[in-house]
Amino acid sequence: MACGAMLGGMAPRVAEPIKVGHYGSMTGSEATFGQSTDKGIRLAIEEINAKGGINGRPIELITYDTKGDSGEAGKAVTRLISSDKVVAVLGEVASSLSIAGGAVCQQYGVPMITPSSTNPRVTMGKDYVFRVCFTDDFQAFALAKFVKENLKLDKAGILYDQKQAYSKGLRDEFTKAFKKMGGSIVIDQAYSGGDQDFSAQLSAIAAAAPDVLLVPGYYTDGAAIAIQARKKGIKVPLLGGDGWDSEQLGKIAGDAIVGSYYSNHSAPDQPDMKDFVDKYQKKYGQMPDALGGLGYDAANLLADALRKAASLGGKDVRDVLAGTSGFPGVTGSITIDKNRNASKAAVIVQMAKTEKGDVQPKYVASVAPDAAGEKK
Amino acid sequence: MDSRLGPAPPRAHWPPPRAHEQARGYYPPFTVLEKFLQTLMDGLAVGSLYALIALGYTMVYGILKFINFAHSDIFVLGAWISYATALFAGYNDLDPAAAGIQAAPFPVWVLYGLGGATFVALVVAGIPKLQGRPLSESARALLLGVTWAWACAGMALAARVLQGAGWSIVGGGAILICSMLTCGLVGFTLERVAYKPLRNAPRLNVLITAIGISLLLQNLGQLEWMFGTRPQGMPSLLPDAVLAEIGGSRPSPDADWTVQPVRIRLLDVIAAGTAIVLMLALDRLVFHTKIGRAMRAVSFSERNAALMGIPVDRVISFTFVLGSMLAAAAGFLYAQKYTKLGQTADTVWVLLGLKAFVAAVVGGIGNIRGAMLGGILIGLLEFFGVAYLIPQLRDVYVFGVLILVLLVRPGGILGSTAVEKV
Repeated sequence: MACGAMLGGMAPRVAEPIKVGHYGSMTGSEATFGQSTDKGIRLAIEEINAKGGINGRPIELITYDTKGDSGEAGKAVTRLISSDKVVAVLGEVASSLSIAGGAVCQQYGVPMITPSSTNPRVTMGKDYVFRVCFTDDFQAFALAKFVKENLKLDKAGILYDQKQAYSKGLRDEFTKAFKKMGGSIVIDQAYSGGDQDFSAQLSAIAAAAPDVLLVPGYYTDGAAIAIQARKKGIKVPLLGGDGWDSEQLGKIAGDAIVGSYYSNHSAPDQPDMKDFVDKYQKKYGQMPDALGGLGYDAANLLADALRKAASLGGKDVRDVLAGTSGFPGVTGSITIDKNRNASKAAVIVQMAKTEKGDVQPKYVASVAPDAAGEKK
Repeated sequence: MDSRLGPAPPRAHWPPPRAHEQARGYYPPFTVLEKFLQTLMDGLAVGSLYALIALGYTMVYGILKFINFAHSDIFVLGAWISYATALFAGYNDLDPAAAGIQAAPFPVWVLYGLGGATFVALVVAGIPKLQGRPLSESARALLLGVTWAWACAGMALAARVLQGAGWSIVGGGAILICSMLTCGLVGFTLERVAYKPLRNAPRLNVLITAIGISLLLQNLGQLEWMFGTRPQGMPSLLPDAVLAEIGGSRPSPDADWTVQPVRIRLLDVIAAGTAIVLMLALDRLVFHTKIGRAMRAVSFSERNAALMGIPVDRVISFTFVLGSMLAAAAGFLYAQKYTKLGQTADTVWVLLGLKAFVAAVVGGIGNIRGAMLGGILIGLLEFFGVAYLIPQLRDVYVFGVLILVLLVRPGGILGSTAVEKV
């Protein structure tokens, strides 16, 4: 390196890479979350490096597995910062894990961007933690608005995962928003993430006969609940949040999930996603879910900030990130607000059968961010 | 009209109330009875699967006096092997896009591996045979293992042919047998490779090895060329239909139910039936055959059994094979009932195996009939607790009763609490 520096005028053939960390659930029951995000990030970094990297230096991505466990998330981030000396951290998907990882980043003063953690507490009080997705307050509002205005239904039931901050948050906010719009929650039941049998809760729900059933958990439980609800004779559409976003949802639940809705960051059949979807499919041979798109956007936003920052120090990068306005992401235009959250539109998709016979999400509606009204 | 019963509910009910009920203006809601019956059925169906797994724990404990912690992973493996075999055989009602061998690399690897293993086995077994010497014990085991593996592959191919011929239910049975045979082979190999060399080592060493094997199986299963890290949906291999709807009520025969009836499903009947048949067969085997008597003898005293000419090593291998096959059957049936497969390291699936361990302890570890009873009891306890008490405390009921049994009757319900003689 010293030699390269002395030659000065000649561009060094291999510049020292800039290290960026990613922690995600590469294994564990939400493995598709971490894997899709990692694929999106890697696709972005490949493109950035092909275009000359950050002012001539390539980005090197270091990924650690959290196994979907908060303890592992904290350990992975500590290792990224203290032993790998990364300049910034990307991750996690699950909010509980981002809260754990964000605490470490805040402590060391290393900027972190979570591609897809939606719980409000993730960025709260941590001025080094950003996100490129909307929050659950807005997501719950979008779902409530969709039920009330598009589906025109008034009686909702809820079956939520008491173990996940994400699920509880979504349920609380949905209840608040839906009641404000004049709807009613006719039954509210809980389960523990990973349960296999929901017959006790579903019997109670069947007896209460809601028009729509909100299941704000992750896709693995959502799929199982859909199958068992149909067997119990519950025919109403199910409603989920972005935690349902995985190609495995349709593969596990099949016909049972057809006709159900969930809110998401983007839908692969939206026209402005086409370019990204093509690139992703070419590289990985599969359809990207929204997490892939958000990972891609988070990496691009970070690269943009690294390029503009006065130095690669945590504070300089943080300041550039905080000033982001109208950054063109594939999942929508990203503007970072004063709470370091992105205000973006939510889309509602419906699960439908394709001609090939498999079950895929289809774009139904968008809910714009300003519709949420002024949030304090 | 009896004024104490109050006015009739406004909505009409189906089935119509009986004459004397109508006369009193009283419509029975059925819900109490229906809830009880439904819970009873679910508890029995899942309990019989717990019992199947518990048998493996209890048999190994009975003979070797150690807890085989890798047993719950054999249960998960059984479910995954039936999944991979089902895709290989062309069952894909959930994901038509992922048809064929590409989606299920595992059986193909098995077929490739078998060719190589056969070659090695023939060489190992062939050399002494050419020299006119009898086969060594390990060469014999290797030959048996390879033959057995060919039987597994044969079953997978049979399932494929049967499915192609439209005999999909018979093919489902072939997949069950394939999964049982494969897990039996895995159990056999584990015992030979990991536990047999430790036969005379302190019991703690074997226990730690079992935990190591458990981690190994969980993580090997997550490799992309094995089963991967994604949860999957299990194709349905067994027929399912609602056999009968008992009770319930609705405004008219075509309307939705206002009170849910008890649904007796064919799949539950098949699952519980298969479990019960297997348990009866095992009971018969242990108490009424020569090998069963040998197992009981080894369990009573390994050294004395050896002195009486019982081939202890073979009996132990047999026990592992038997236990693993039952766990595989439970994995197959459980995956059919709940249709969602967690990855091999999914804590929830491994927890199911641990609940079966609790069942074995509750019934009296080392006691075969105790394991069956314990399994059913744990299943009922779990489902009644969830239905009638707080549903979120599902696991608390199971592990709470373990503490209770250990405090009140440490030997378990049917277990003996003999004082150990020094």
